[in-house]
Amino acid sequence: MFTRRACIVAFLFAALLFGAPAMAQDNAGNKSIVVASTTSTQDSGLFGYILPIFKAKTGIDVKVIAQGTGQALDTGRRGDADVVFVHAKPAEEQFIAEGAGVRRYPVMYNDFVLIGPKSDPAGIAGTKDIVAALEAIQAKGAPFVSRGDRSGTHQAELALWKAGGIDIAEEKGPWYRDIGQGMGAALNTASAMNAYVLSDRGTWISFKNRGDLTIAVEGDNRLFNQYGVILVNPQKHPHVKQALGQAFIDWLISPDGQKTIANYKIDGQQLFFPNATVPGA
Amino acid sequence: MPKTRVQNSMSAIDLLLGGDPALYAIVRLSLIVSLAATALAAIVALPFGAMLGLTRFPGRAGVIVVLNACMGLPPVVVGLAIYLLLSRSGPLGFLGILFTPQAMILAQALLVFPIIAALTRQTVEDVWSEYRDELMALRVAPFRRVATLLWDARFSLITALLAGFGRAAAEVGTVIIVGGNIDGFTRVMTTAIALETSKGDLPLALGLGLVLIGLIIMINALAWGVRRFGEARAG
Amino acid sequence: MRAPPSDLPIVFDQVSLQAGEVAILRGVSMVLRPGAPTALIGPNGAGKTTLIRLAASLMVPTSGRVTWGGKPGTDGARFAVVFQRPVMLRRSAAANVAYALPRCPAGERRLRTNELLLQVGLAHLAQRPARRLSGGEQQRLALARALAREPEVLFLDEPTASLDPASTKTVEDVIRTAAASGTKIVIATQNLGQARRLAADVSFMLRGRVHEVGAAEQFFHAPQTAEAAAFLNGDLVV
Repeated sequence: MFTRRACIVAFLFAALLFGAPAMAQDNAGNKSIVVASTTSTQDSGLFGYILPIFKAKTGIDVKVIAQGTGQALDTGRRGDADVVFVHAKPAEEQFIAEGAGVRRYPVMYNDFVLIGPKSDPAGIAGTKDIVAALEAIQAKGAPFVSRGDRSGTHQAELALWKAGGIDIAEEKGPWYRDIGQGMGAALNTASAMNAYVLSDRGTWISFKNRGDLTIAVEGDNRLFNQYGVILVNPQKHPHVKQALGQAFIDWLISPDGQKTIANYKIDGQQLFFPNATVPGA
Repeated sequence: MPKTRVQNSMSAIDLLLGGDPALYAIVRLSLIVSLAATALAAIVALPFGAMLGLTRFPGRAGVIVVLNACMGLPPVVVGLAIYLLLSRSGPLGFLGILFTPQAMILAQALLVFPIIAALTRQTVEDVWSEYRDELMALRVAPFRRVATLLWDARFSLITALLAGFGRAAAEVGTVIIVGGNIDGFTRVMTTAIALETSKGDLPLALGLGLVLIGLIIMINALAWGVRRFGEARAG
Repeated sequence: MRAPPSDLPIVFDQVSLQAGEVAILRGVSMVLRPGAPTALIGPNGAGKTTLIRLAASLMVPTSGRVTWGGKPGTDGARFAVVFQRPVMLRRSAAANVAYALPRCPAGERRLRTNELLLQVGLAHLAQRPARRLSGGEQQRLALARALAREPEVLFLDEPTASLDPASTKTVEDVIRTAAASGTKIVIATQNLGQARRLAADVSFMLRGRVHEVGAAEQFFHAPQTAEAAAFLNGDLVV
């Protein structure tokens, strides 16, 4: 009786000890880095396109944790990622200033679009001035979905309200729905409520549950969305894979990496525009 | 419109039947993580629950109430706690297992432990009331009592293990936090479903959900078969 | 095998057991000495089962005490109990017997198990799940399991209450063999024929008291109390 029981326990242990590490074999292989990035880069399919190309060239596996920009920077701060790849320049500069990151490299940009229902209750469809459009939404109390998650998109949205002289924390009413979730969830919510929402173009293009939503405002310079990449400071977190992480960054800003980014298209539309060489980007 | 939706829901099943390697990897990881977590939890929870069922000590009622309450532990909270524990800046950061399947197993094991332990306690206590006189008269040593009761309750305990496994396989809160939903590495069925939902591909998400439910039904059917077969043999 | 310092006699000294308002035993004093089998007889609810459970330390008396060889409690005492409804472990018949031989080396354990199963006439059912056996077979298996412990004292609580005559005979034969080899038998039974066949002395219990104690011969021919006489005649009204 005891031997049978011992067999069962041994089997359970074996399942645990061999099963789990078998799934994690490339942990031991070590040619891998963890990149904390944003939902927009993952949900738009950019990583799915460029990472296999990068791996083929260097043999480095890039494991992407898709979070909001704020959370991704926190992940880097805690030392749980080797590289952060995000889009909120002031927050990134703050990250460097704290010593959490080594140096920020601009990589590419895409742009935000203001999405809204075809019925256009704020009467802003087709206009070019994003600030005026937001003012109209507020004035009419048209439903608006905010990410509310400290992501790059959320921070961009807050900056735009501010540019229009609207203190959104003060002036938001029931029309302003702060959902505290990712881009996809925000679009799903907007689609369900026929609300306006600020989205990055990449996520919007690849988003499938549009319902009655369409682009209301696009093309304003202030909708410009810059991505930067930063190596987490190895002096703070000695386990950071400095060489591999830097190799990834170097490739992203190399002519080859920049060309690969430009090549990523959905339905013939280019989603991200490389600009590593543009000063001040 | 409705037609394409139905087609898309079927597409996850097509992927499965068509042997899509990415989907198979996700299904495989889901099974491995949840089964390993259940096994890990069971190794501790079965003897723990049994001992709790057998012994009387001051504060026992409190332990039982807390244990029962922990069956409803919010996965996100467990995930967050394990995240902070395993983070490089946390006390177990040196292990370097955050965002790996091991971390997911650990987190799910913690989630599943109270379920298995609480159900084991209940089951073993019931069996104990039947066996008490006989085992005491046979002068069976305390540790052997625990082993005997666990063994003799084995068919009922399958239900406890299934409840634990079901919880593990169905939850998304802990694994998405401690696993990070990394494509090809820590993505499991539930996090894949969350991702497809956020991409707005609701039909695909639903299809994946159907696959997951199918898997859970299969595991349960298997366990039911084992139980019936075992009971038929062991009486 | 028998350890020299005997566990006997078992002495009940003014033992009472109270369950809420109900007195189950009222100041029972009795002595179980080594030697020939003792029968506890008496009607339902007399306290026979309770007496056995107290002797085996499965219960604690409300007042009074039970001593084994002069020591309180059953620590180290070599006894076994066959309950009226024995619990079969969820495994084979053989494993149920082997279970009572934990310290035996594997080879010897198998031999002893076979021997015991043979003794109770269950060798052909050794691999059958114990819970699939009939009531009589289970009772005999419980007896084999109890004997595996090589008890100095064997308590039997209505061991044949629900058995057919053939099973009853097998059980009684096994009991007799055990008694002949020196095991003290204490058997609670309502079956007067059985008490007559097996016991050398008798304790007659009634309403939580030991009413009459005596040699079996004498008790059955000339009971000392009116209640015992009434019980033997089958017209005792409780």
